[in-house]
Amino acid sequence: MAKTLFQKVWEAHTVRQLPNGQTQLFIGTHLIHEVTSPQAFGMLRDLGLKVKYPQRTFATVDHIVPTNELKEPYSDPIAQEMIEALRKNTKDFGIRFFDTNTGNQGIVHMVGPEQGITQPGTTIACGDSHTATHGAFGAIAFGIGTTQVRDVLATQTLALSPLKVRRIEVNGVLAPGVYAKDVILHIIRKLGVNGGIGYAYEYAGTTFENFSLEERMTVCNMSIEGGARCGYVNPDQKTFDYIKGKPYAPKAADWDAAVARWKSFASDAGCQYDDVVKFNAADIRPTVTWGITPGQAVFIDEKMPDLNTLNAADRQTAEDAYKHMKLAPGSAIKGTKVDVAFLGSCTNGRISDLREVAKYLRGRKVSSSVKAIVVPGSQLTAIQAVHEGLDKVFIEAGFEWRGAGCSMCLAMNPDKLVGDQLCASSSNRNFKGRQGSQTGRTVLMSPLMVAAAAITGQVTDAREVFKV
Amino acid sequence: MSLAKITQIKALALAVPGDDIDTDRIIPARFLRCVTFDGLGDHAFRDERTGPDGKDRPHPMNTPQAKRAGILVVGFNFGCGSSREHAPQSLWRFGFKALVGGSFAEIFFGNSTALGVPCLTLSKDHLAELSALVQQKPELEVTVDVQNLKVSAGDKVWPASIPASARDGLVNGKWDPIADLLDGAAAVEQTASKLAYVVGK
Ligand code: SF4
Repeated sequence: MAKTLFQKVWEAHTVRQLPNGQTQLFIGTHLIHEVTSPQAFGMLRDLGLKVKYPQRTFATVDHIVPTNELKEPYSDPIAQEMIEALRKNTKDFGIRFFDTNTGNQGIVHMVGPEQGITQPGTTIACGDSHTATHGAFGAIAFGIGTTQVRDVLATQTLALSPLKVRRIEVNGVLAPGVYAKDVILHIIRKLGVNGGIGYAYEYAGTTFENFSLEERMTVCNMSIEGGARCGYVNPDQKTFDYIKGKPYAPKAADWDAAVARWKSFASDAGCQYDDVVKFNAADIRPTVTWGITPGQAVFIDEKMPDLNTLNAADRQTAEDAYKHMKLAPGSAIKGTKVDVAFLGSCTNGRISDLREVAKYLRGRKVSSSVKAIVVPGSQLTAIQAVHEGLDKVFIEAGFEWRGAGCSMCLAMNPDKLVGDQLCASSSNRNFKGRQGSQTGRTVLMSPLMVAAAAITGQVTDAREVFKV
Repeated sequence: MSLAKITQIKALALAVPGDDIDTDRIIPARFLRCVTFDGLGDHAFRDERTGPDGKDRPHPMNTPQAKRAGILVVGFNFGCGSSREHAPQSLWRFGFKALVGGSFAEIFFGNSTALGVPCLTLSKDHLAELSALVQQKPELEVTVDVQNLKVSAGDKVWPASIPASARDGLVNGKWDPIADLLDGAAAVEQTASKLAYVVGK
């Protein structure tokens, strides 16, 4: 019988049925970070349990790392306590930790792929909702809570119920200046922020086939913003080429067998999906959010919705959103004043993002009214960028060049909005207060759109600013 | 490990209306800077309850009945956003032992169940009735009947739902899966031995 990748991975990792009808699913790869793991280790100690497969858990530190302060102790004693707790826990339980002094530290969803830990046909769990990112490699990867982190540490399994699979096909070529970020923002806008509840998203079609692995990661990353627990792209030659030679990639004699195995996990032609949705790449334009959920988005040259065009439920959230964002219903978002530009995060803090922006940034200057920061998502990305001289391009343009971490994607480190500042952000969430100020405002967009906002001091169309 | 059987919760209820209330609003990220969950109850809905000037603002959580309520009535897509278990932990530690809403984000739902906090859903109209009733009559006792899939208040009874596996876990005192997962150790090793990447290839 023809099967989806999701079904095949699920079957290969099914341990048994649990008495409550759920599946005990084997988690091949477990990633942890400093925020959601300490309590799990605490529970483990309370129960007197050990880590079952310590070599299948990998740790890094990302959320609380100050990106402008590379020396410890950090000025925030709680941040220091958290990093030290992770050091102790990984040492006590024999877990590999990509610490800040290894040159391999970074946002957990960047470290897995960079190390070759993220592989097709595997199950991956992490106490972080953006774990779906790893689905770009054809893995079933999802975010879990802290009690489940404990479950994986203690048993290498989780109690789960299977998901339905929705195939989201995008076909055709994106116009210049339109990026993977626009594709996923468009999908969420059309299917809704809870459209994906109960589903795994399979991203397919020529647009995704033509995407690099980094672009695929940007899309899979935001599956959760669309309500889907996980999202994936079927593995292909590009996937294998990306993994080859990475530290944890299969070596020598094992390589060919691994590739054969990985190929066998791709969805079969003719398999059944629970739902299929199709989009044309040519219909997608640069997209920005105007509200407080990632689904509240418009094309940059569109007007924001009039309240009376919305149904009752959407209308309530929209009213709340307009009030918070201090924007007028029915008006253009283009031209809205920007105070901060943030380029980074596990959605768009990769080397390809930095390269693409740098290509257009030479000779341009950040507006004097904007604070602009660029935060490579990982140390390896930062090293590569410096090697290519990209840091200089950003610094000359007036960006602050930072160390690796989550930074202004969320307010757990010193990078925060102040008051009602409006931030043009390449991250994934525009929730109220997400960027550290209760009244702070976030407009999500692609990296090049962030650069255009930085230069003009406004939410604007990067295609015009950079003559793309 | 023996856990309480969670069949029915009778308590006063508090309504916090609105759809798409995300986990950053339930517990702002700055309170995730911690290595235990202790004290998180104080920060539930912190930025909704307190203005930038540090003063309380009008919010259901600031009313006298909030402290006495054991059931939280919410809207649709409650708990969307991050996987932080800090969100249900903060509500539970504040005093909410059950949630009733239109729909719940999946990770939030799972995290709540694992704490023994049932999240039941009502139809849109029924939820609106319950929410209005709770706001009009804060002294009314509400019953969340997990066993029989009902929510009732005064003379009103509404059919409620929750996925069967979560319901069974709660009513049978098996909402924390760790004991069952540990029981499967032999089968786990067998599965692991068949996965090339786990055995190191
Ligand atoms: S960059 Fe943002 S979304 Fe990604 S892991 Fe860090 S905080 Fe979460």
